[in-house]
Order: sequence, then structure tokens, then C-alpha cells
Amino acid sequence: MKFLRNIFDNAHAALNKSEKTKKYFPLVDSLDTLMFTPNHVTKSGAHVRDAIDLKRTMMFVILALIPALLFGMYNVGVQHYLALGESFTFMEAFGHGALRVLPLIVVSYGVGLGIEFIFAIKNGHAVQEGFLVSGMLIPLIMPVDTPLWMVGVGTAFAVVIGKEVFGGTGMNVMNVALTARAFLFFSYPTKMSGNEVWISGFKEMKNDGTLVDGITGATPLGDLAAIGKEGASFTSLEGFNQAGHSLMDLFYGLYPGSIGETSVLAILLGAIFLLKTGIASWKIMFSFFFGGYLMALLFNGIGGSEYFALPAINQVMLGGFMFGMVFMITDPVTAAQTSTGKYIYGFLGGALAILIRVVNPAYPEGVMLAILIANVFAPLIDHMVVSANIKRRLKRVKTA
Amino acid sequence: MSKTIKIRKGLDIRLIGQAEKVKIDAPVAKTYALKPTDFHGLVPKMVKKVGEQVKAGTPIFFDKYRDEIQYVSPVSGTVKEIKRGAKRKILEVIIEADATIAYEETAVKAIDALNKDEAKSLLLKGGLWPMIKMRPIDIVANPKDEPKAIFISGFDTHPLSPDYDFLIHGNEKAFQAGISVLGKLTKGKVHLQLRSNIVADKAFSEVKGAEITKVAGVHPAGNVGPQIHAINPINKGETVWVVNAQDVAIIGKFALTGKYDASKFVALTGSKANNRKYFKTIIGAELSTIFNGNVEKEHTRLISGNPLTGLKVEAEGSYLGFYDYQLTALPEGDEYKFFLTEGWLSLGFNKFSASRAYPTWMMPKSKRYNIDTNLNGEERAFVVSEQYEKVFPFDIYPVHLLKSIIINDIDAMENLGIYEVAPEDFALCEFVCTSKIESQTIVREGLDVILKECF
Repeated sequence: MKFLRNIFDNAHAALNKSEKTKKYFPLVDSLDTLMFTPNHVTKSGAHVRDAIDLKRTMMFVILALIPALLFGMYNVGVQHYLALGESFTFMEAFGHGALRVLPLIVVSYGVGLGIEFIFAIKNGHAVQEGFLVSGMLIPLIMPVDTPLWMVGVGTAFAVVIGKEVFGGTGMNVMNVALTARAFLFFSYPTKMSGNEVWISGFKEMKNDGTLVDGITGATPLGDLAAIGKEGASFTSLEGFNQAGHSLMDLFYGLYPGSIGETSVLAILLGAIFLLKTGIASWKIMFSFFFGGYLMALLFNGIGGSEYFALPAINQVMLGGFMFGMVFMITDPVTAAQTSTGKYIYGFLGGALAILIRVVNPAYPEGVMLAILIANVFAPLIDHMVVSANIKRRLKRVKTA
Repeated sequence: MSKTIKIRKGLDIRLIGQAEKVKIDAPVAKTYALKPTDFHGLVPKMVKKVGEQVKAGTPIFFDKYRDEIQYVSPVSGTVKEIKRGAKRKILEVIIEADATIAYEETAVKAIDALNKDEAKSLLLKGGLWPMIKMRPIDIVANPKDEPKAIFISGFDTHPLSPDYDFLIHGNEKAFQAGISVLGKLTKGKVHLQLRSNIVADKAFSEVKGAEITKVAGVHPAGNVGPQIHAINPINKGETVWVVNAQDVAIIGKFALTGKYDASKFVALTGSKANNRKYFKTIIGAELSTIFNGNVEKEHTRLISGNPLTGLKVEAEGSYLGFYDYQLTALPEGDEYKFFLTEGWLSLGFNKFSASRAYPTWMMPKSKRYNIDTNLNGEERAFVVSEQYEKVFPFDIYPVHLLKSIIINDIDAMENLGIYEVAPEDFALCEFVCTSKIESQTIVREGLDVILKECF
């Protein structure tokens, strides 16, 4: 490691020679601190410090995303070959998926980190770690056929408007990755929703006529929302469930959807890792789950349409609910920060997700918007919790 | 039967290097220092000039704004030097000691016969008043205040902390006298907190005139802050006084004899110390007398005090802090660590962390760690939430309080509980912080603002 250390030391020395190059210090410094924990020592106060830092925290979230990412790649391939009607091996499916997903990741990281570096040089501080996670989340919540330029534009918007204008990592109000998705969703609705974006190469197949009959390209949620409408794939809930949407099917997640969101199994693997290492808040995760589950039960009770009648457990396993629960709502910066607040915040997010999904006629999924709304409410929830604490403490004087 | 309170939050940082329970004499120091910097916010006004003779107990300087509070020499000798820093601020007054200590003799009468004003003036004249600190603000107590109670913690839970039972052993009379004198100063109670799971030394457990409360829990259970919060919390406008249990014995000794005997035992601790014992020395003694031959000096962080709140000192030319009963020698962490082998993405079986992102939590509780002074990361904005709350046993939201201090919002600071906290109460928050935020410094700044604006 001495060799690597020398390279960085020389680079620092070279940059420090003139005022002009000095401003590029954050660039080299960011790479340096990535490779080496810096030699900074404590000055006052606590002379020893906990081994944890933000880099490790963020890296653990990325590790937790890996099962969902790998499964997403495989699923992209599977859906592609199913639509083509060709037989395929595991490696073929995975290879196709990897080739489709990797460019999205490269664009997301390239654009996002590029902007972070520009801000770091401008503001003279080190590049902060927040985007390491956002950069991985953004591709995972995109439909696979999202054009690369759109990923770039969405990422740029999210990093600049969603984060840097507030002051960077730790200061943003709304989840960065979801800001990117919401921006694209409302700016380019035809490329982000509908039935033609979820399977890689769907449009070309449709134009070439190579598409297998009966493949609509719709996500299960799209199918569900369409039941009872004109041109729907299914006429009843039973038909829907029997056509590859049983509980176990939803658990494994081999169906069209955003890249990382489909497999509950892969997501739960990540969840276990995040909960075991204590990186994500179980309070938020569980209350989000219960919020959604209870809301779905409520709709079951009301009944009426097929969407209302979908069993609660199926409801929460569909779409982006699980992915949102594990990786999105738990973002500590945009979540509520008080213990009580976390329960309220998670519950609100989960309940809203199902409410928007089921009741809203415009789009079949509601998790993205629900989490963004919960983000906006998080400071208010905290404010209420803290105010209650202040009141309780003031009361102490009166009773004493 | 005494009450028991349970402190449920906190963290014991399991460092290598506790002091062996052996008391030995440290070599006699040639020079001693009285450091105004030990007393936060003090503006000293000198009484003695360089070259003047002093005895143990002779005033060296007094508080410019509270001139009844005197600071006295711990030994007899000659004022050798007044060290000044930026803006001519006095940092240290160095006294060259005589071979044998001559004491100022103060006339004392029986403690039972003292009234409140007499007790107060006894401590003020004798120069022992600075041992009494006040909460809020955590500075030397104001003699004009009416404290609602006096709190003494009978144990220390800081990492590698000295065993107070061992230190107090044999000082029953002095400790009792100290408690009796302090009892005169308040209309309220004198509270003494002892550990619930250990039988305390007689000096503590059989003392009269103090209300004993047993405390269970990990650090910071031994800090007076959480103890006061659990027993009799401070509200706006109230003051309590706190005294270190060992200082109570020094006060007691003075009240019995009229002589300021500033000798005390300090524990030499830490993985870089190789002769870890309890050394008998005197307040303000030159620390090289203890460090020489007993610690490895290469690549070492020397601390007067404990690893969480102590002051960084040098091997030569540094002096024992006024309030300190512990010296710590830790490995300096000023080297780069490659991220996979020892750095931020290593497995980290030898690293200590309160978070479960390192395997500390799976290790046996008895395992001790050799932690160096590396920051283990860089300072960032607050990102991880509810991390401080786990080690902060107050009904206070620590991050919100810190943020109110950062934006200098006095109303918010008052509402969020600044009157109940001292910097040391945030030491664990500072330790566990993922974003490496210097919360003790922030709290101190907040308390300074409150002192200036509200007192």
C-alpha cells in the first residue's frame, strides 16, 4: 500500500504548488479518502472516536442493494426472452440484463458524481458520500427501457435541485433518488409509465412483430388497475392471481417492473442486512409496512373494485412498496429523526402509498409520491414530537 | 434504605489499560502550575508577582468578576513564571516548589459550630471554593447563588476511570468533614450517588448528612449530569452545585486542619502506559514526574483526565489539571489506513464501535480494545439519526439542542434543555457520531452564550 500512498502524497504535493491547481484539491482528496482512512486525529474533547464513519454507512447500503441489483439484471433478461419467445439459459438472461442495466448505472454515477465534484471544487470541500447510494438507487427504480439521456437529466436535476441547493448531503428535504424519478415521471410520462417501458426492447419487438402473443408488457399493477376497463388483460382477480401472480410469484419477483423493485426475496435479503447492521431504522420499516398493510385491509373491508379486494399481503408485495420500505423511506436525512416521529412518519408513508395506489385513477403506483409526501411532512412530525417534549419538561416546573 | 435509579442509555467504551490497584508515591515535582485555563471562563487578576514567595494556600490570583473567589498555590515556593498566550491571556502560573511544603494556617472551628456564611468564607479564603462547580453552565460556582442541592457522584464510569472506592479508602474522616461543610452551604440536600452493583467503601456508604442514591447502568451513569436529571432535574432559574467526591475529601481535610493539603492520587491509565498505578502527587504537579519511565512516549497521546473529556498534554512541561484524577496514554492515530485492511471498509474485528456496522456487538463483552486517536473519518453534516439518543440518558433531544446552539437561538436552547447539560454529558455523543461532529465544543459555546445573555 506504500506505493499507492506515495502516489496520493505526490499528487497532493503537486497540487499544492500553485494557487491555480489548489482548488482541485477536493478531487484528489476524495479519491484519497476513499482509498485510505485519513490521518486526522482528534484535537480536543473525546480523544478516541467510534470506528464508524459515513463512508462505511453508505457502503453498507450499497451492499444491501446488491441482491436486488443482481436479481434485477437477471429479471430484465428473463422478461426480454419471454417476450421474444426464445428459450434461454441463466447466463444468457443475466448477461442480457447486465448489458442493459450497467449503462444506466454508469450514467447515473457519472452524471451525479460529476456534479458533486463541480460543487466540491466550487465550495472547496470534500465530495460527500450521499450520492454513492443515490447513484445506485436511481437506476434501480427506473423502467429498463428508460433512455440513457433521461437518466442523466433526471440525475442532474435531483442532485442540483434536490440536494446541492439545500447544501449537500445531510441537508436535503426530499429523497434524491425519488426526486430524480418524480422529475422524469412528470416530465416524460410516456417513457416512464404505461405498458411499453418495462421489458427491454419491447417497442422494437412490437414494431418488428417478434413479440409473443399475449405479452402486454404491463406490470402486475398496471394489469390490476385495468381490470374492468376496456382492453384489460384480466377480467377478475382470480384470473390475475392464476396468471403468474400468486403470492409466491410476487415473492420471487419474475415479472415486469422497475429494475430493482420486483423481487421481495432479494429486497428482504438487503433488509435483513440493513437491520442486522443497524444502518436502517426498523421503526420506520415496520411502521411503513403496517401503514400499508392496514390501509390495504381497510380497502378490503370497503370492497367494490378488484383493486380494493386484493388481499393486503399481496398488495404490499406488489410494485415498489417493498423496495420503498427498505431503501427509500428509511433514508435518515429525509426521514423523521425522533423516535416517536419515526413511527408516525413510516406509518404515514405506508398508508399513503396504498391509498394513492388504489384510489388514484391516473397512475397505478403510489409509493414514490407517498414517500416524497412523507419526506415533506417529516420535519413537521419532528416539530410536533419535540414540542411535546418541551411542554413535558416545562410542566415539571409547575408540578414541582 | 436508599433509592435506586436506573440509567438505561449509555455506552461503556472498553479500552485496554486500567490502572492496577496499587498506590505509590510519584517523584516530587520541582515545579507546579496553577492554570486559569482549568476554570472555564475565568479572567484571573494576579495577586502575586514573579519572584514572590508563597505558601501552600497563598492566593495567587482571584476571579476578576467574582473577586471573593481566590485561587491559591498548591505548594510553597517562589512564583517562577507567568506564561501568557494570545492577547496576553494568562495560561499558567508556575511555582518553583520548596523542598518541604509550608502551609498557610487558617483558624478553623468545629464544623458543627459553623454557620452558612462561615462555611462559605472558610472555603473562599482557603482557596477550595473552585472545587465547587455549578450546573447549569458548568463553571466554578457563584458564592451568591442559593443552590437547591449539592450533588456528588461517588463513582466514575468514564473509560479507564479510577476506582473512587479505592481512592477514598482510609479517608473516612476527611470525606465526612467535607460532606458536613458542604451541607452548610445549601438549604436543600447533599446527594451522594453510589453504584448499585458494588458495595461501596465505608467512607461513602456510612457517611452522614448526605442522601445516598444507588445508580445502575453503564457510562454516563457516573456523571452527575444524568444523575441530577433523574433525581432532581434543573429547571430554568435553578442552580445545583457539584463537587468531585475526591475533592470533598480535600475540602474536609482543610476544614479539619486549616491547611490546604492539595495532595491526591491520580490513576495512570491507557495502553501506552506501562506502569499503570495510582500515583500520589499534588494538584498542578509537573506531569513529567509521572510520565517519565512509566509511559512510552513515542507516538503517544498523553491526556490529563480521561479519554473522553480530558486535555491533551505534552510529556514535558505540562501540569496536572485542577480537577483531574486520571492520566491517560493512548496510541496516536496519525497514520493513513488502507480502506480494506484497516480503514473504513475493513472487517474491523479489533475496532470498537457502538454501531453494529462493526462486529463489536458480536464479540464477548469482556473483550477490550486498543483505540487510537484517529478521527476514523471526516466531519460531515448530521446524517444518521437517533444515534446520540442511544447514549444520552436525558429526556432531551440532543441533536435538536445542538442545532439550536449552532444557529444561536437562545429561546430554543432554553426550551430544549441547555440548563441541564454540561459538555461532558455530550462526550459519548461525540464519540459515537458518524459525522464526527464536535458536540462538546458546540455545547460549551452554547453555555457561554447563555452565561453572557441570561446570568
